[in-house]
Amino acid sequence: MRLPPLLRLSPKWAPYVFISPFLILFGVFGVFPLCFSLYLAFQSWEPTGGLRAMEYVGLANFAFALKDDWFWMSLRNTLWLAIASGVPQHLVALPLAAFIHAAFKRLRDGVIAVYFLPYITSTVAIAIMFYSLFSQDYGMINAALAQWFGLPHTDWLTSAAHIKPAIAFIVFWRYVGFNTVLYLAAMQTIPGELYEAATLDGASRLRQFLHITLPGIRPMIFFGVTLSVIGGLQLFEEPFILTGGKGGPQQAAMTSAVYLFREAFDFNDFGGASAMSWLLFLVVALLTWITNLAFRTRRGAA
Amino acid sequence: MSAGAGTMRGVRSGSPTRRAVLAAGLGVTLAPPLRARPSRTLTVAAFPLVDQIVKDAAPAWAQRHPDVGLNAVMRQYDDHHTAMTTALSTSVYLPDVMALESSFVGKFSNGGGLSDLLQPRYDIGRHRARFVAYAYDQAINRKGQVVAAPTDIGPGTMLCRADLLERAGLAEADLQPSWDAYVDGGIRIRKATGAHLIGNVKTLKDIMIRSGLKPGQGLYFDSDSNVLVDTPRFHRAFELALRARRNGLDGRLATWSNEWAEAFRRGVTATELGGSWMVGQMANWVAPGTKGLWRAAQLPEGTFVSYGGTYYAIPRDSNPENKALAWELIEMMTLDRDRQLAALKTQDAFPALLAAQDDPFIEQPLPFLGGERARLLWREAARHISATAVHKQSNFAEDAVNAELDNVLDDGKDIRQALADAARLLELRARR
Repeated sequence: MRLPPLLRLSPKWAPYVFISPFLILFGVFGVFPLCFSLYLAFQSWEPTGGLRAMEYVGLANFAFALKDDWFWMSLRNTLWLAIASGVPQHLVALPLAAFIHAAFKRLRDGVIAVYFLPYITSTVAIAIMFYSLFSQDYGMINAALAQWFGLPHTDWLTSAAHIKPAIAFIVFWRYVGFNTVLYLAAMQTIPGELYEAATLDGASRLRQFLHITLPGIRPMIFFGVTLSVIGGLQLFEEPFILTGGKGGPQQAAMTSAVYLFREAFDFNDFGGASAMSWLLFLVVALLTWITNLAFRTRRGAA
Repeated sequence: MSAGAGTMRGVRSGSPTRRAVLAAGLGVTLAPPLRARPSRTLTVAAFPLVDQIVKDAAPAWAQRHPDVGLNAVMRQYDDHHTAMTTALSTSVYLPDVMALESSFVGKFSNGGGLSDLLQPRYDIGRHRARFVAYAYDQAINRKGQVVAAPTDIGPGTMLCRADLLERAGLAEADLQPSWDAYVDGGIRIRKATGAHLIGNVKTLKDIMIRSGLKPGQGLYFDSDSNVLVDTPRFHRAFELALRARRNGLDGRLATWSNEWAEAFRRGVTATELGGSWMVGQMANWVAPGTKGLWRAAQLPEGTFVSYGGTYYAIPRDSNPENKALAWELIEMMTLDRDRQLAALKTQDAFPALLAAQDDPFIEQPLPFLGGERARLLWREAARHISATAVHKQSNFAEDAVNAELDNVLDDGKDIRQALADAARLLELRARR
């Protein structure tokens, strides 16, 4: 059957038509908000007055953000959480992946699925579950600590000193499986002969891990760490839900992403929030660049 | 209104449980009445329980306008106000009538997105004397426009566990003379019964900073955007909150959290300060098992404060063809005595219409409060409350002050330093 000429797609246009769904969606939900937020960063806007209520203010929003104590506090909170949740993720995922790689053969997929499960579970479900686990008087975590170690009940979510570790733990728990999958996939690409040769030369398992496995999966470590840096600096859902969107006691769990959301929607300052989001972007770009520098293969090596 | 937990949003933890409870049993949208075949529809955007009140009014509306359907779109409290902010900012998907909690009326009032109800086509001014005075005044913006019509109010009240007070040899009246007497009473209750005076001392601070305000004065800023945080009003509230905390008088519980509710169920919290609607919340889901043990009384030190309330507004850019009908619906909901009483009877929404406050129903005893005729107290309180000017940065100010109170209570930060720091944060924003 042949289509009438009007409905026929000329080969000249076909590629563009086929790629257009993505381009349209990306334009609407990616490019437009990006440009609009850049535009907003230079405006003062009382949003409930409608679009016509915008007023150009130059760099005033950026100046305000840089002077705002809470912006800096939120950046410190973000860095704290990014380090406390990110570093252990990789320190645990690397040996864990090596162990799974070596110890499991037929069961490997099942074991890795268990570790991967938190990553694909809805953040809201996770946050609500931990909300009750961390409950001060009726939560299972405090009950277990009291039962096994005789520890007094800790106010995990209502004290500034405890809420950060609690959130860092949830983020760690959630992403350690994801990183393990990355590393396991990378380890499977390392030729088995290398290990056999090393074993013949009398290299211990630790030496094999340090001198074969780690260099072999270095690009994947770079990839995983980059994702952790970017994800950690944009941390939003877990602290937002666990603190009811308010930032927690003494705003100790208010990450930059939570703060700029609140700046816009709770405090009605879309201009200031947009300026902050671009400042945050600069921080993310800078730290990603530093990560890149740290992992760059030295000249002549590898 | 019970669903709008008041101007003191900071004390709401937004716990998932509460939202789930509020959502339970409430439909998401309300279909137009079945018997009429409306040719057009009036859309009302509302949050839980307000949507129910609108739904209950549908038959009465259908009698007036069989050809106009009524569609109440319900979203959860926070989601609703976020959605309204978005709708106003883009002028897209604006409802014909918008329900707003009182703190949001203040927040939206100066943006110009809401219709001025003083315009001749609405002329709300001629009804001014029929509303509770402060509720009407609260909707007046800086330009003198009235941007919303009040439908229900939340006069502040003190709830006490009569049995716990009795074991401590106290009566409600012993807590009332002053805020210091309230805290002293708390010390006796703690000694005699082991119960806490209150769930969180933050609630105590929240009410105290609202006491002694002159009509039209702002809570955190004056009319020239000068910061009022580093003042005796705040110092005293912080000092008393700290004294209560040091004496172990609060459960350190986040309001609306599971622990907070559980403490009421187990009878380990002796009093609560909140809007009159708190009684309905307590009776319905927080601690229904404690029915009959509670009493209501006026707040200590002759304090009269408003704890939220609900308004209806007409967006400036909503469908012009529906504006007359939208106003007619608002008139029906706010000025019709029967509708106001229906909302009181079914949803505990305390009427903003004075005529509805003279109904014998107001005098009926409340079983949850051991048969006390508490609505008379709230009617009296409503007549003493004055409107508070809401500054654009009020929400931020509330959070900044709360964070500094945490610093004082948890880390022993000096109160003068804490309030000076809060004032500095606010000064940076006061004129943004």
